[in-house]
Amino acid sequence: MPGKIARALDPGVLRRLAAQCPGGIFLVTGTNGKTTTARMLTSMLRRTGRKVVHNRSGANLLGGLTAAFLEYAGWNGRIAADMAVLEVDEATVPRAVLELAPMGAVVTNFFRDQLDRYGELDRTIALVKEGLQGLRDNRLTLLCSDDPLSAGLGEELSGAGASLIYYGLEPGAARDWCVRDQSDHEWAVCPTLAAAREAESLPVANDSESLPIAQDSEPLPTVGIPTAREACFCRACGSPLTYRRRFYSHLGHYLCPGCGMIRPEPDVAADLVSGTALLAFRAGEKSWTARLPVPGLYNVYNALAASAAAWALHIPTDVVAGAIESYAAGFGRMEELTVNGRRLLLSLVKNPVGFDEVLRTVLEEGTGAAAGTGAGVTGAAAGTGAVLGAGATMVIAINDLLADGTDISWLWDVDFERMAVPGAVSSVICSGRRAHDLAVRLKYAGVEPYRFTVETDLMGAVTSGLRLLPEGDGDTLYVLTTYTALLELRADLTNPSRARRFWEV
Amino acid sequence: MSLELNLCHMYPEQMNLYGDRGNLIALVMRARWRGIPVRYHSVGPGEGGDFSGYDICFMGGGQDHEQQLIGEDLVRRKGPDLKAAVEDGLVVFTVCGGYQLLGEYYTMGGGLKIPGLTLLDCRTDAGTRRMIGNLVVSSSFGGTVKTLVGFENHSGRTRLGGEVEPLGRVLKGFGNNGEDQTEGAVYKNCVGTYLHGSALPKNPWLTDVLLLRALERRYGRFDLEPLDDVVEQAAHRVAIRLAGA
Ligand SMILES: [Zn+2]
Repeated sequence: MPGKIARALDPGVLRRLAAQCPGGIFLVTGTNGKTTTARMLTSMLRRTGRKVVHNRSGANLLGGLTAAFLEYAGWNGRIAADMAVLEVDEATVPRAVLELAPMGAVVTNFFRDQLDRYGELDRTIALVKEGLQGLRDNRLTLLCSDDPLSAGLGEELSGAGASLIYYGLEPGAARDWCVRDQSDHEWAVCPTLAAAREAESLPVANDSESLPIAQDSEPLPTVGIPTAREACFCRACGSPLTYRRRFYSHLGHYLCPGCGMIRPEPDVAADLVSGTALLAFRAGEKSWTARLPVPGLYNVYNALAASAAAWALHIPTDVVAGAIESYAAGFGRMEELTVNGRRLLLSLVKNPVGFDEVLRTVLEEGTGAAAGTGAGVTGAAAGTGAVLGAGATMVIAINDLLADGTDISWLWDVDFERMAVPGAVSSVICSGRRAHDLAVRLKYAGVEPYRFTVETDLMGAVTSGLRLLPEGDGDTLYVLTTYTALLELRADLTNPSRARRFWEV
Repeated sequence: MSLELNLCHMYPEQMNLYGDRGNLIALVMRARWRGIPVRYHSVGPGEGGDFSGYDICFMGGGQDHEQQLIGEDLVRRKGPDLKAAVEDGLVVFTVCGGYQLLGEYYTMGGGLKIPGLTLLDCRTDAGTRRMIGNLVVSSSFGGTVKTLVGFENHSGRTRLGGEVEPLGRVLKGFGNNGEDQTEGAVYKNCVGTYLHGSALPKNPWLTDVLLLRALERRYGRFDLEPLDDVVEQAAHRVAIRLAGA
């Protein structure tokens, strides 16, 4: 709000404040991962002693960017900062570039957003491209090799004199993460890669294998029904892309059989050493490892994006590693809270791709913890696979206000079917304005009816969720919410008088 | 007699927006809960053209350029057989972009006209303002008057001719064109609608009418076992309340 007012009083305010950053301004944009990437990069820069302007609150429109600078401005309008790292809404990129004259930008990825049933995606990409073409000379543009939409900008920007840096996952990451290999028929169109694949003989795993599946469980009849199509078509020629490895959604190692377009080799790459918890980076001659304290493959991409930007800015690798290792999840990004000695993990969900990743992370953690406990208590139970009654305890809150997206159709493209796997989920409380829609979705996903209930009131749902946790520590309540529900819940949890209710659980 | 239904998903690569999948899931699960297995098939551009083996066809929404991409394939390759099957009582359920392509034509924002299947007697022209929001409709498609709830998001304005019936009357929202209170179109067992959200899971009665008609076409007179729809009905009621209808 102060940013908006300042802009109304003085339309040139952002331009003037931004011009005072001697070290330049770095933008982070893309559908998912903006906030985490920008926060990690800010922390890396601050660890070198730089004073960095950053829109920590995630307010990423022009008003929010202005407010971030105002925070660092003295009474005389002078900025006491060396650099700025700003997350910027995709559609705002052209205006932001015009007013901020940034030295570089990271484009994390492009997914359809929940507001996007009608695919404004092409338009969003065009806006980002238009903005990046306006970056000043010798600008740095960091793109994700593994996302054909982000990487696809490279071809279009290289003519305009951009200095491009790509980042991506190493092939070895496929060992630990899901690999969705295409059928042999599809591979036949590309003999060289098919041969390479054979030579390497990658183990093939699929999403569901990482979860315990009861031996006799019959696959759901809805399993083969495709989700709303994600961009798996070549931007240049329109042919469907062929994937050698697919990490999630349309991110992976791909090529176009139509025009020969291939995934650009990353300049900065990461490999998973131990799941997503320990990463090995390489960039040019340098290599380093870092423990990643936040779960999820999407956070690996965030750490990688921030590392690539830091590498391009010549930040020492030990500083980069240190910043990653001490990263504490931000507002609603698998944010950990302790409530009456119990662990509560808060996570924002806003589109199917992000939701799928959060769900996968939660269920792996939930079943992992349950399996561990089970083995400790009754050694004989180990190895029998699914343990009914174990699994994650969750609150999922879906609102349909403007900031959430008023259309909740996207819930049908989230892979809730993975929650129906025996042992995956202990119980789920559906909450928010669209709690009942979520309940319908869970029912049709095959989740057993006694495992989910509806409690539209957010505080009530969290309180009930905490009650469901067994005594003792090591148990977690996973709270997954859309944007406005997260704001409301966050306010309640941090307000001592209102939060007292939780302490009395 | 062992029952079975064959469900055909038309153009899943091109015509598949958020929520379209929910309609397929609803059809499959509500049949399964009654012990009737549903086999899922998909048909894309350049494929098929023989609809005799299917009991229910579904086509979802798409963007303008996708509708353009499949328009000709739909009319030339699938058209003759699909039309004959509809005359024979094939159950077809289409949403939004899929619905528009069953009409005579769809004129896009830039003025480009995509010829449709002429299966439904309707014509669609792009308007300047998108019609977005919760949609509540009163429909007697199943024989008695019931409500349908969902969400709409379209710029196309569809006008119906005399050969089709509307699926229902708009109680809240825009419907076909935001003017004449009609929503959707029905010809025999072929249905087009702007309702998504997804439509079928939250309107279980409509799902059941589609399943019943498909079963009757294949197996003759049929009684569909009632299901416990408490969860669906609660969502249906809340949707009506949130729409302010
Ligand atoms: Zn191509």
